[in-house]
Amino acid sequence: MRRIGIDVGGTNTDAVLLEGDRVVHAVKTPTTPDVTTGITRALDLLLKTGPVEPPLTSIRPPAVQAGLGPPAPIHAVMIGTTHFTNAVVQRKDLVPVAAIRIGLPASASLEPFIDWPDDLAAIVRGEIFMLEGGHEYDGRPIVPFDAAGMRRAARRIRELGLRSAAIASVFSPLNASCEDEAAAILREECPDVAITLSHHLGRIGLLERENVALLNATLGALAGRTVGAFTKALERSGVAAPLYLTQNDGTIMLASLAQRFPVYSFASGPTNSMRGAAFLSRLTDAIVVDVGGTTTDIGCLRHGFPREANNVVEVGGVRTLFRMPDLLSLGLGGGSLVRPEPLAVGPLSVGYQLTERARVFGGADLTATDVAVAAGLVELGDRKRVADVPADLVKSALARIHAMIEEGVDRMKTDASAVPLVAVGGGCFLVPAAIDGVSEVVHVPHRAVANAVGAAIAQVSGEVDQIFQNRSREDAIAEARRLAEAKAVSAGADPATLTVVEVEDIPIAYLPGNSLRTRVRVIGDIAGGGIA
Amino acid sequence: MARRPITEAEIESLAIGAWILGTGGGGSPYYGLLNMRKLYRAGAVVDLLDAGDLADDDLVAVVSNMGAPLVGQERLTDPQTIARAVTMMEEYLNRTFRAVMSVEIGGGNAIQPFMAAALLDKPVVDADAMGRAFPEAQMTSFAIHDLRPWPLTLADVRDNGVVVPRAATWKWMERLSRTACVAVGSIAGTCKAPRTGKEVKECAILGTTTKAIRLGDVVQAARRAHRDPVEAVLDAEHGRLLFAGKVQDVARRTTEGFLRGHAKLEGLDDFKGRRFELAFQNEFAVGWLDGEPRVMTPDLICVMDAISGEAVGTEVLRYGQRVKVIALPAPPILLTPKGLQHVGPRAFGYDLDFVSVFAA
Repeated sequence: MRRIGIDVGGTNTDAVLLEGDRVVHAVKTPTTPDVTTGITRALDLLLKTGPVEPPLTSIRPPAVQAGLGPPAPIHAVMIGTTHFTNAVVQRKDLVPVAAIRIGLPASASLEPFIDWPDDLAAIVRGEIFMLEGGHEYDGRPIVPFDAAGMRRAARRIRELGLRSAAIASVFSPLNASCEDEAAAILREECPDVAITLSHHLGRIGLLERENVALLNATLGALAGRTVGAFTKALERSGVAAPLYLTQNDGTIMLASLAQRFPVYSFASGPTNSMRGAAFLSRLTDAIVVDVGGTTTDIGCLRHGFPREANNVVEVGGVRTLFRMPDLLSLGLGGGSLVRPEPLAVGPLSVGYQLTERARVFGGADLTATDVAVAAGLVELGDRKRVADVPADLVKSALARIHAMIEEGVDRMKTDASAVPLVAVGGGCFLVPAAIDGVSEVVHVPHRAVANAVGAAIAQVSGEVDQIFQNRSREDAIAEARRLAEAKAVSAGADPATLTVVEVEDIPIAYLPGNSLRTRVRVIGDIAGGGIA
Repeated sequence: MARRPITEAEIESLAIGAWILGTGGGGSPYYGLLNMRKLYRAGAVVDLLDAGDLADDDLVAVVSNMGAPLVGQERLTDPQTIARAVTMMEEYLNRTFRAVMSVEIGGGNAIQPFMAAALLDKPVVDADAMGRAFPEAQMTSFAIHDLRPWPLTLADVRDNGVVVPRAATWKWMERLSRTACVAVGSIAGTCKAPRTGKEVKECAILGTTTKAIRLGDVVQAARRAHRDPVEAVLDAEHGRLLFAGKVQDVARRTTEGFLRGHAKLEGLDDFKGRRFELAFQNEFAVGWLDGEPRVMTPDLICVMDAISGEAVGTEVLRYGQRVKVIALPAPPILLTPKGLQHVGPRAFGYDLDFVSVFAA
């Protein structure tokens, strides 16, 4: 099985070709503003040039070997992208959203966007509509749904020219009829408006579910354009394989579906880099330090998976109930600016302009990369161009960089015993060779493209969310699990690798016969190509 | 200081501390906090009043948002509802309240009196009647002192109002008001039996608002210093670590106006290979370590996020969470023989003799 994994980052587009569980070839190219050109270039380089040896000396024996096989079809392309989360964090490419809350007179004082950062809300808040309706926990309506008010809202949305709407109704995970009815009215009045319904995205917790629906709605246009650009790049490169997007939990979703749910791909970047690090190092329990151009993400692998953040996860300052890797982000990367008096490293960075602005590439800015070159940690650009940097400054800047990483690692460690650390990302030469509480700093081949490797080995999932009647709770969960596993296997999962990642059940008091809504999600490696 | 204004930062701390003292119940203070931020930004400032500053014949409104925590996550909370319950009581009694206080400092009900106070321009008394959270009306220091259980007013978002003018006992008051609460969707604002200044001074648990604010400060300071917030809480409140593990199973149902259920935890780190079970009725009531009772009400059983130290409520506990279970000491009044009749394990249907984890 031949798969291509692509990571489209803010600075670089990385691509790897996997055969079974071997990395055959890897390339790194600059991301382009139109995305398509960068991916096309990466695919061309990947498929039309021969495989090369890993670019940096490996400390551990390489887990992968190159070998030019006969051209064989590509079975799947998996793309991981930080586009959507970057758009929210940087407040760009977002469209204004009509926020429709159904539940009055309940929830009246806490309107949509109540807990959003002001600057983000100012961009996303198109118009707020709060309508009577929603349900009680036992299925009774709170008050009758205000269909006439919804029709007025729909007409107002048309007048305002809003293109995207999010609808959240009180207790919609138990009874979605108000959201469905509102969507039908909106479709009649404004057939072109993209609609996100909160019950498709979330669980109990009105504000958090509504927040996710609003984020999804504001990203709709960008998601359409981005997936369109991905598809075009594949066509241009003559790759006919199905296209998948990687999701927050390290699994894949067909791009055509993922385009409707961009929020599911929010944290796929860090998830991919951590899973890529696990794959390349063959370690299951380790700290992963991913040093990019602008930031460093530190996370923990437990049993081969990223340790998840508990409870509430914020994205761009917005509260959600997503499951995401527990990460510490530092404003430190290969492009971080270094200033001498007083000594400062980052958080400002030259970012994607590293190859123009850094000293070793002929630029005028002193970056963390220049310091590393001057210290002899890495060979990049022209070392002579940093010969004039005072040795004291190199020493103190490097000490500061190391201290930042060491402190971050210490903060993420949850037990006292020494664990290995895997250093990945384009700036991984900034990671010190020895760290307190770390048994070994591991560098692996293809470490600079760990994200793309993680995308290529993304897993498949199976999920069941249905109402069971007249069964014990244990029976219902066991049955849901069996069905979810069967779905995952039919989607291509190796049965031996299936793991349950979510179990949730809500008794539904208003339906007869001891009704239980049960949701089980299992994930597993792709059969014939997973992690050893 | 007998009476002083509370800052917005103190309300943020109160929300964190109250969520811990909620012992899994009381509902998340987050929605109350959002309402308070909004009120403060509109210019409101609420004063905190020492109980000692009350005159014996002052009248104090004892408020609580009653219901099942899971319902609060969807219905949220609105300051108008609790203010309406207080106003309804003033109209019923034809008297004016000097101040407002919470029936329970644990969970969202720590913030409810502040919402009512902001709208009605009254101070909040630095006290409550539980020192934590409990699910039922008879589980208060007022009930343990055999104060009068009536009258009660109850308001919902639809402008329904109920007055319970008489109740034979605290348990009858619980039964009557719970029936009304279930009828309006298992969430309602209530004003409990009013208390005189003398009754508050003699029978309430004093200083608990300040205590919750202090607890919130401790957690935030630990987070800022990158120290373990759970450890910081244990140090500050003389608590005990009971278990560290991962949630394996949570079963819950909303019934009779409560969130009931149980959770199973699998040990991690020092507790590897061991298991812990928790039973809850809104709040955590009993915990078993490897099948043996380890901790029981009224000792405070708190489940906290292993990393952030944020309290984990019974309505948000979920599969895969990594948590720590700790115990904090209960107020002395709850540990008296009379107190244990009201809030000991048998009051929750567990045939166990109360043994405090702090007894040894």
